Amino acid sequence: MSSEAQDLEKLTSEEYKYGFVTHIEMDTVEKGLSEDVIRFISAKKEEPEWLLEWRLKAFRLWQTMEEPDWAFVDYPPIDYQDISYYSAPKMKERPKSLDEVDPELLDTYEKLGIPLKEQEMLAGVAVDAVFDSVSVATTFKEKLSDMGIIFCSFSEAVKDYPDLVRKYLGSVVPQGDNFFSALNSAVFTDGSFVYIPKGVRCPMELSTYFRINSLGTGQFERTLIVADEDSYVSYLEGCTAPIRDENQLHAAVVELVAHDNAQIKYSTVQNWYPGDKNGKGGIYNFVTKRGKCAGVNSKISWTQVETGSAITWKYPSCILQGDNSVGEFYSVAVTNNRQQADTGTKMIHIGKNTRSTIISKGISAGYSSNTYRGLVKIMKNADGARNFSQCDSMLMGDTCGAHTFPYIENHNDSAQMEHEATTSKIGEDQIFYCNQRGISTEDAVNMIVNGFCKEVFRELPMEFAVEAQKLLGISLEGSVG
Amino acid sequence: MLEIRNLHAGIEGKEILKGINLTVNPGEIHAIMGPNGSGKSTLAGVLAGREEFDITEGEIIYQGKNLLDFSAEERACEGVFLAFQYPVEIPGVSNTYFLKAALNAVRKYRGVDELDAMDFLALIKEKMKLVEMDQALLNRPVNEGFSGGEKKRNEILQMAVLDPMLAILDETDSGLDIDALRIVANGVNKLHTPQNSAIVVTHYQRLLNYIIPDVVHVLVNGRIVKSGDKELAFHLEEHGYDWARDLREPAAQGA
Ligand SMILES: Nc1ncnc2c1ncn2[C@@H]1O[C@H](COP(=O)(O)OP(=O)(O)OP(=O)(O)O)[C@@H](O)[C@H]1O
Ligand SMILES: [Mg+2]
Repeated sequence: MSSEAQDLEKLTSEEYKYGFVTHIEMDTVEKGLSEDVIRFISAKKEEPEWLLEWRLKAFRLWQTMEEPDWAFVDYPPIDYQDISYYSAPKMKERPKSLDEVDPELLDTYEKLGIPLKEQEMLAGVAVDAVFDSVSVATTFKEKLSDMGIIFCSFSEAVKDYPDLVRKYLGSVVPQGDNFFSALNSAVFTDGSFVYIPKGVRCPMELSTYFRINSLGTGQFERTLIVADEDSYVSYLEGCTAPIRDENQLHAAVVELVAHDNAQIKYSTVQNWYPGDKNGKGGIYNFVTKRGKCAGVNSKISWTQVETGSAITWKYPSCILQGDNSVGEFYSVAVTNNRQQADTGTKMIHIGKNTRSTIISKGISAGYSSNTYRGLVKIMKNADGARNFSQCDSMLMGDTCGAHTFPYIENHNDSAQMEHEATTSKIGEDQIFYCNQRGISTEDAVNMIVNGFCKEVFRELPMEFAVEAQKLLGISLEGSVG
Repeated sequence: MLEIRNLHAGIEGKEILKGINLTVNPGEIHAIMGPNGSGKSTLAGVLAGREEFDITEGEIIYQGKNLLDFSAEERACEGVFLAFQYPVEIPGVSNTYFLKAALNAVRKYRGVDELDAMDFLALIKEKMKLVEMDQALLNRPVNEGFSGGEKKRNEILQMAVLDPMLAILDETDSGLDIDALRIVANGVNKLHTPQNSAIVVTHYQRLLNYIIPDVVHVLVNGRIVKSGDKELAFHLEEHGYDWARDLREPAAQGA
């Protein structure tokens, strides 16, 4: 073996950094799913009757639905009765400030690089942390509320802002939208809620960290962001989970609503545990994310960097309803070892002069499979709609696969659409060129891959971009030899 | 500086270099000429550490060390520089970023402090003058969309920044217009000192009017069939390689 190959071997053995387990007393419901379990969850959360009914309706719909099988992913059947649908750190009451949060929990977030305490003190990012099913802390709340911004856990929102929640919940992703959204609607336990009032520009990045800790639980969070007229918000989402041999299910729903002239920028760095080298364990990430540009001149951009999860099934989409509204999707999806990703977007052009941009970068290594699946749909009245799509795939080695399924449905002759797609192999030539200038293979791969993803990374807020670059390096370690 | 002894190398069982002997002393410039496919780029690649070539026989001593013991990036750090015949494009990576990463990797290896952004920019400004390169090319992705001539200039800029002991220029002159040729050659000459050496691979005598070689070698079918002074280049220009193909006996080596 050449010394280079040995280096790479060593690097591959580097393990998932966030794989530790927090030992903390949990309140967990027995495995299985039934109306009783849903009533239990709803009662635990002291929810109003309408929400319980909403959940039950979702559950009944779900029971009539089939798990989708059209995605380019392959996994053994999931036993939905073998999952616990509620798990929460034992807390007597919801903590009023960080001082009341269990130090073990805070310690966990430290290890993840999210010191909540410091976050609160230093200016910068407001964080909502969701541990298994419940939100444990939201920082910066007061400062934000002075501006009329609501940023809290979903459960709190249900209690404190029931009218807003009731108005928007399910308005973008209805309960019966798809199998996983129905499941989520029935059993979701927490998540984040954001409301930006008219004319307010949120002065800081709002951020949620999701963490799956308990064994045998699923995580079903629900995020709802509403940007009222002339407002702006940038929202970041990060995720990690401990190393488990079992697969764990994560089925989240995210709904965004942008009113007239409002802008929502939603960025995700998804680093759930991907399973080991041979594909044992890892998170099944089956997520429904959709934004509605309800108002004129509104804009929603999705930026995602997906490096984790055993299976990713995710299509952050935009419904461009308001005239002149804009939808954007910037994505980097990295798969290594046995990971499978089927991800992309849908841009539904309804209003006039609506525009959408899709930039997708797929990087596959090892034995992984990486699929881009996208739909651009131009409705009959969407005069002057425009779309630009660019889907680039990069392959590392000969044992991985990349697939591209760009669907177009056009019902209006005035639409302009452009589609570009490339597939490249990370070149021995490129690596040698870097080596010949003194740059190590590891650094060369990092540099080349980051260059490949540049158009996406530059859409991320600065700190997130740095983190994403590092993550990419870690995910791909040992994939070129 | 460099001593190649009976070097045999090939790829996938096919022998390309069939016993190369070559000695380059400090301060010398050697030119290698030869027909297409004779093995010039292969020799350059073997020296620079391209992994796909198998070395079946022979040795390469560089500054008293066995060069074949070093990986490509170690060789670069040890002062071996290859200006590529076909420079590679790296989309999305800015030229400046690449140069800085390269320089700092080399400096780190040599135990010198890495340069910060300010010092690096000062250095690069000065080196740009050497090849009269357009500032705009610095912020563009490495070689992407560069014209043939711009790519070659960029190679020499990299050379100027990395300050090698042994520079191997593989057809750096091809694709250059007359003015660019002069500029690039001047750049190479300015970088030349009594301590460092260069191997210049070319098809054209013209380059050697600017970069004056101490020795000219003729490489045919994987062997050096003749070596001589710069007059040999004129002879080749006039008579082509046909006469050289008939030279069976490997010619005497070195200066
Ligand atoms: N990677 C490779 N795989 C197969 N054959 C190769 C490879 N690299 C070089 N060769 C062969 O080795 C021979 C020498 O090639 P090389 O590139 O060294 O020639 P050259 O002297 O540089 O030619 P030119 O003047 O055209 O640049 C050619 O026949 C070429 O096809
Ligand atoms: Mg050549």
